[in-house]
Amino acid sequence: MDLRFRGAEPSEEERAAVDALLGPPATAWEGGTRTETDLRIAARSESQRDLLLPALHAVNDRVGWISEGALEYICRRLTVPPAEAYGVATFYSLFSMEPRPKRVLHVCTDLACQAKGGEAVRRRVEEALGPQGTSWHESPCLGLCERAPAALALEAGTPPTARVYAPADAETIAAAPSPNGHTPNLDVAGDAPVKDAVPQAGKDGLLLLRRVGTTDPGSLDDYRANGGYTALRRAFELGPAGVIREVLESGLVGRGGAAFPTGRKWDATARQPDHPHYLVCNADESEPGTFKDRVIMEGDPYALVEAMTIAAYATGCAKGYLYIRGEYPRATARLQHAIATARSRGLLGENILGKGLSFDIELRRGAGAYICGEETAIFNSIEGQRGEPRSKPPFPVEKGLFGKPTVVNNVETLVNVLPILERGAQAYAAAEPKLFCVSGAVERPGVYELTFGATLRELVELAGTTGTTRAVLLGGAAGAFVTDLDIPLTFEGTRNAGATLGSGVVLVIDDTVDMKRLLLRIAEFFRDESCGQCVPCRVGTVRQEEALHRLSSRVDQDDLVLLREVGQTMRDASICGLGQTAWNAVESAIDRLGVFK
Amino acid sequence: MIPLQPPRRLIDVQIDGEDVRVPEGSTILDACQAAGKDIPTLCYGDTLTPKNACRVCVVEVEGARTLAPACSRKAEAGMKVGTDTERARQSRKVVLELLGSSVDMSTTPRAAEWVEEYGADPARFGDDAATVEQPAKVDNDLYVRDYSKCILCYKCVDACGDQWQNTFAIGVAGRGFDATISTEFDAPLTDSACVYCGNCVEVCPTGALSFKTEFDMRAEGTWDESRQTETTTICSYCGVGCNLTLHVQDNKIVKVTSPHDNPVTKGNLCVKGRFGFGYV
Repeated sequence: MDLRFRGAEPSEEERAAVDALLGPPATAWEGGTRTETDLRIAARSESQRDLLLPALHAVNDRVGWISEGALEYICRRLTVPPAEAYGVATFYSLFSMEPRPKRVLHVCTDLACQAKGGEAVRRRVEEALGPQGTSWHESPCLGLCERAPAALALEAGTPPTARVYAPADAETIAAAPSPNGHTPNLDVAGDAPVKDAVPQAGKDGLLLLRRVGTTDPGSLDDYRANGGYTALRRAFELGPAGVIREVLESGLVGRGGAAFPTGRKWDATARQPDHPHYLVCNADESEPGTFKDRVIMEGDPYALVEAMTIAAYATGCAKGYLYIRGEYPRATARLQHAIATARSRGLLGENILGKGLSFDIELRRGAGAYICGEETAIFNSIEGQRGEPRSKPPFPVEKGLFGKPTVVNNVETLVNVLPILERGAQAYAAAEPKLFCVSGAVERPGVYELTFGATLRELVELAGTTGTTRAVLLGGAAGAFVTDLDIPLTFEGTRNAGATLGSGVVLVIDDTVDMKRLLLRIAEFFRDESCGQCVPCRVGTVRQEEALHRLSSRVDQDDLVLLREVGQTMRDASICGLGQTAWNAVESAIDRLGVFK
Repeated sequence: MIPLQPPRRLIDVQIDGEDVRVPEGSTILDACQAAGKDIPTLCYGDTLTPKNACRVCVVEVEGARTLAPACSRKAEAGMKVGTDTERARQSRKVVLELLGSSVDMSTTPRAAEWVEEYGADPARFGDDAATVEQPAKVDNDLYVRDYSKCILCYKCVDACGDQWQNTFAIGVAGRGFDATISTEFDAPLTDSACVYCGNCVEVCPTGALSFKTEFDMRAEGTWDESRQTETTTICSYCGVGCNLTLHVQDNKIVKVTSPHDNPVTKGNLCVKGRFGFGYV
């Protein structure tokens, strides 16, 4: 590939950040100094496009923004055309191509925070720091809904640091930047113990949350002493086909929102003659109101490592990518630690537990793009392309990551495999667990584990409502508002009620919440997060927001008709689930809550 | 010259209740064309891999939850396709409204015809509806980039990138409604990797990319396609022998294109063939 550069030079700091990730440049082509050998031997240069996102992170983490010199240096190192790298870097909201302060504050203004006074925090921050843009931004859901309102400060440096403010107090977050110089730590400053996010912590009978808050998430020994790695041993007894049979029999379906049978996905991938097979764990949890995956990763990281190992064993994958959203610093740190420890103890790498299984996990961080949680956009993001969804077919089981057969599963889906193997498919299916993220107007917000079949009322009563419950948003921004609390929390039950379980969001709305503002926020969210690839979503989300703006000041039948037509077109003609669901919540609010009556 | 293809099995599909037999691997669009149906397309390019981004070609496939883009979805044996159903027409109408309200489609061939056919009303979103309006980028003497007319079909990026030219001068930057076609850091073309082959201009479906001659003549109001003749000839520069189609108005070459069905070049040219006509 012949590349043309404009000649911008990286600073020493930028060069060091990239070299720390990639090692020093081997040739002049890669940006090193020209030597005698460079002039005599034509070295073949392979594009390392998939390292683009990590390299951009390296510079952004150390310097705080990505200059043209830094981008050119990255392009030289990886043999990537600068125009394409620019397109990738500008796709992600956590990157800046303009100079900005090292410390950037992300103030969540999304649904759960808005229902808990996030607007007041935002206003106070604006008063203290001026208009948003450089030192602070409004942020989509940070996944800290149980402690709303939330904010997250990310500070570039060596190492970069993060500070969580939840519940956020406007005075402290707007305070002067903290001096950087922290050593890497499993804990993120300001973050409450993960146990606080699980009101049921320590109770008997929990399957998925049994270790959260009771077992040390940093200790592999503690994990093993509490039942860890028994499922993997059982998997080795069953063999790959046996594991898939158990998962099929258990009836497990994907927990990310689409509810596709996991066993069928595994079986289809395992049967593909094309190799290698890849495993991708989708930990890009970004649906507003969702935080269950974060709680699992922070509270029981080894469970995910073990579950990924089992999935890889069953489907014949030698490599797994764990794609975690960029706004989850503590979960990232804990998983990094868990993966490194597991590797050093022979539970990842070559010949795991002496059973001849070779499998390793590479952790990849997202950089602020909801769309990368879409199952094919995640592949593009890992490959160093813009995180745009691909059209299906072909499906991931045939052509996924790097064009190879790929299993992509959500975090919660994967950790369900552990009880399936430990208890057997039938015992598991008899009391199938599901996690729910309860936030909003409740006394005890957090992640709840219930067996399928419980009603919404039981769950809401468990969390204890405050105020007069007006509606519940089920499934997040892509879900729907419901008013009937007696619907059973199952995939069929919610579907029959014209809603969706989605990612398990249960956001309780009381009568103090301004529904029009909430709907506007949902519309803003989809407008911001649309990748821009297809017309119905790229323009439709903008038109939806404009119409809601008009409607919030005066109700006009024409605008309601317009919303319906645009919504239906987004649902029918968009490429991926983002556009297809962008109108769900608004539609349900108009039809069931009579917001614009 | 017709390139020899391996024999392909034929499959039967139903288009609007009519049986059509097409070779396996054909798209729904191929099948529709075989059945004589006129499906609107914008981002589809006959020389490029379908990107299915514009969604004006959506059709209803029986049993599918969502509509399918005809340009890229492969026809399957027994598939029942509705090209003119209420649902498909409604989606096409709204997509045309969304495009028409945000992009200047005045130079898009057939756009006005489709707007009328589907009863689309781009003005319904009001005067305050966001648009992509911006000044045209005139940074070289050969071609102009007027992104107020850009529907973000990705065809120029694909033609510049690994599908044809392998120059990679442009990419899609930004996200969502703010996404644009851009060089790195939005640098002028003269500062980019562009080699001025004009293969992006060749595939642009809306006239967002146009010859400087065309752009200037449109500004003056002298551009008149009814007064133009097209003559296909052979490029006189090198031994490859690419086909050129010279568009002539008032005895002056105003634009150069290349036939897409040429089995060697598929409509692609280099800077000399495309823009080097000054000596004529």
